[in-house]
Amino acid sequence: MATRTQRRSAPRSQRRFRMRPTTILAYTLLALGTTVMVFPFLWMVLSAFKDAREIFRFNFWPTQWMLANFREVLFDTDFPRWFFNSLLVAVATTASVLFFCSLVGYTLTRLRFPGRTLIFILILATLMIPTEMLVIPWFVISADFGWVNSYWGIAFPGLIPAFGVFLMRQFFETLPRDLFDAARVDGINEFGLFWYIGLPLVRPALAALGIFAFIGNWNAFLWPLIIAKSPDMRTLPVGVALFSGEAGTAWHLIMATNAMAIVPVLIVFFVFQRHIIEGIVLTGTKG
Amino acid sequence: MGLGDGLKAITQLPYLGGSQVQTKRGQEQIGARPRRFKLTLATREALWAYAFLLIPLIFYLFLRIWPAFQAFWLSLFSWHVDPAQREFLGAGYYRDMLADSKLHRALTNTLLYAAIIVPAQLVLGLGIALLLNVVTVFRPLFRAIYFAPYVTPAAAVAWVWGWMYSENFGIINNFLIEWSIFWEERGLPWLVIDPQPFLGDPDQALFAVAVVVVWKQLGFQVVIFLAGLQGIPRMYYDAAKIDGANSWSLFRYVTLPLLNPVMAFSVIISTIYALQLFDEVVNINFTDQGGPLNSTLTIALYMYQEAFARFRLGYAAAVVVLLFVLIMIVTLVQLRFFSKRVEY
Repeated sequence: MATRTQRRSAPRSQRRFRMRPTTILAYTLLALGTTVMVFPFLWMVLSAFKDAREIFRFNFWPTQWMLANFREVLFDTDFPRWFFNSLLVAVATTASVLFFCSLVGYTLTRLRFPGRTLIFILILATLMIPTEMLVIPWFVISADFGWVNSYWGIAFPGLIPAFGVFLMRQFFETLPRDLFDAARVDGINEFGLFWYIGLPLVRPALAALGIFAFIGNWNAFLWPLIIAKSPDMRTLPVGVALFSGEAGTAWHLIMATNAMAIVPVLIVFFVFQRHIIEGIVLTGTKG
Repeated sequence: MGLGDGLKAITQLPYLGGSQVQTKRGQEQIGARPRRFKLTLATREALWAYAFLLIPLIFYLFLRIWPAFQAFWLSLFSWHVDPAQREFLGAGYYRDMLADSKLHRALTNTLLYAAIIVPAQLVLGLGIALLLNVVTVFRPLFRAIYFAPYVTPAAAVAWVWGWMYSENFGIINNFLIEWSIFWEERGLPWLVIDPQPFLGDPDQALFAVAVVVVWKQLGFQVVIFLAGLQGIPRMYYDAAKIDGANSWSLFRYVTLPLLNPVMAFSVIISTIYALQLFDEVVNINFTDQGGPLNSTLTIALYMYQEAFARFRLGYAAAVVVLLFVLIMIVTLVQLRFFSKRVEY
C-alpha cells in the first residue's frame, strides 16, 4: 500500500516506470502464474497440430503443422452440428433469461400486488436447490412429456434462473420511483413502462447477466449429457467428451477436438474481455 | 388487456380535465382521486403483475419446486418406469446408504475436495488480487489471462489436463525427467524429482483433479477479490497510516476486515462448486470415471452413475437428498461464521 501512495505523489513520467522491489516481485510472480495459466492451452493447441506418432514424443513445436486432425474432426464427426446445437441453445436460453429475469425482477420491485413477498421468497428458495437434485425428476418429466432429445429438453432448466431474477431485482430497486410515476402519468401502460423506461436503465446489468447466462449454458455438461441421447442432439461439451472417450489413445484427435471447443471461446473472451470481466464483477458483487 | 388501456385510464383521471369526467361528481372531487378509482388502479396494477408473472411462476412451480419435492418422494420408492409398479420402501434406501461403502468414499472425497479447493482458491485468489493491485502497466492483461480458464468448458479442459498428467506420455512427467537430468549433471541430486503416476495412483488422483479445479476457477476469485480491494476507500489506509500502522497491520486490520463480505461470497461460491464437482472428474479419467479405485469419485458422479448407468433412480434420489442436506448445512455454517466475523 505504501508503494501506491508514494507513486501517486510522484510526477506522472516517474510514476509509470518506477520499479520498486515489491513491484518487481509482483511482476515476477504474476508472470510465473501466467505460465501456469497459459501452458495447458498452448500445449493443447500445439498437440493438436501433431500427427499420431509425433504426439507421443516431447518436441515442443510440431515438426510439421498438420491440419489433418482438424479436418478429420470437422468432416468425420458431428462436430459442426454440436457447435450449432450449443450456439442455438445458448442464444435462445440467454434471450429467455434476459427477458424473463428482468420482467420478474421489475414486477417484484415496481408493481404492488397481493402475494409479492411470498412469490419473491418462493423464487429465492429455489436458489438453494442444487441442479443435481433436480436432474432425476427432470429426466422423469422429460420422459413423460417426450422432451428427451429435443432442444427444449436441453434448454428448459436454464430459462429463468432465480439468480438472474435476484440480480435484476437489485438493479430495478436502485431506480428512482418518480421516473416511473412520471411516465405513468404520460399514459404508458405497465409493459411499456418496463420495456421503454425500465430496461434501458438497467442495460449494464442486462449485459452482465447475458454474459453469465451464455457462458453457463455454453459450458453446461451434466444435464445435456443426460437429455441429449442421440449424437446429433449433443451440445459441444457433451459431443467433444463422448468423442474423446471413443477415440481411446488417438490423443492427436482428442486434442484437436478439444482445441476446437476451447479456442473459439478464448477468442471471443479476449475480444470482449473487459466487458465480460466487468460483467462478472457486477453480477458477483451485486447478486 | 390492450396496450391502450393504461392510456385510457390516464385520460379519465379527473384532474387532467378529460371531457368524460366533467360531471358534477367529478368536479366535487377535483384534486383528490376518487376512492373507487384508486381501487381500480390498484387492481389494474395487480392484474398486470400477475400477467407478467404467469409464465415464470409456472416455470418455478412445475420445473423447480415440484421436482425438488419429487426428488424426496422418489427416494422413498423402488424405481420403475410405470409409477403403479413402484414399491414403497420408506427409509429403505437411506438405510442402504449407511452400509454403502462406495457412497462413503464419495462423501469423504467430496469433503476432501472442498477442504483442498476452497482454502486454495481463497489464498491464491486473494494473493494474486493483491499482486494485481500493486502492478499498473499490465494489470488488464494479467487479469484477463488469469480469468481465461473460467470461461472455457470444464469438460474440455479436463481432457487437456488428463493428457498432461499422462504417466508415460504426459508433458509434466517429461518436464520432471528433464529437470532431474539437468540437476543431476550439475551435481545437485537432491533437486531430482521422480516422475509421478498422478491420475494412475489412488493416493494422488484426487489432488491432481483438485489442481485442475483450482486452475479453472481461480480467475473468478481473483476478479472478485480485485474488485473488492479496489472498492476499499483510500481514507481507511490513510487514517491507519497516520496512526502508525505498518503494511502488515494495514493488511490485517484494514484490508482483511473490509474484504470480509467478498471473502464470504468467495468461500460460499467455491464450496458449493466443490461439493457439486462433476464435469472435471468425469472427463479427466473418462475410461475409469471416479477411479482409480473410486479415489476421485464425488457424490454428484455417484448419483449420475446410479441413476443413468444402473437406472437405480430411487437410490440416486436418496443420494441427491444427502447432497442437498450437505450443501445446506455447509452454507448455513459458513454464513453464520462470516456474519459473526464481520463485527469489527
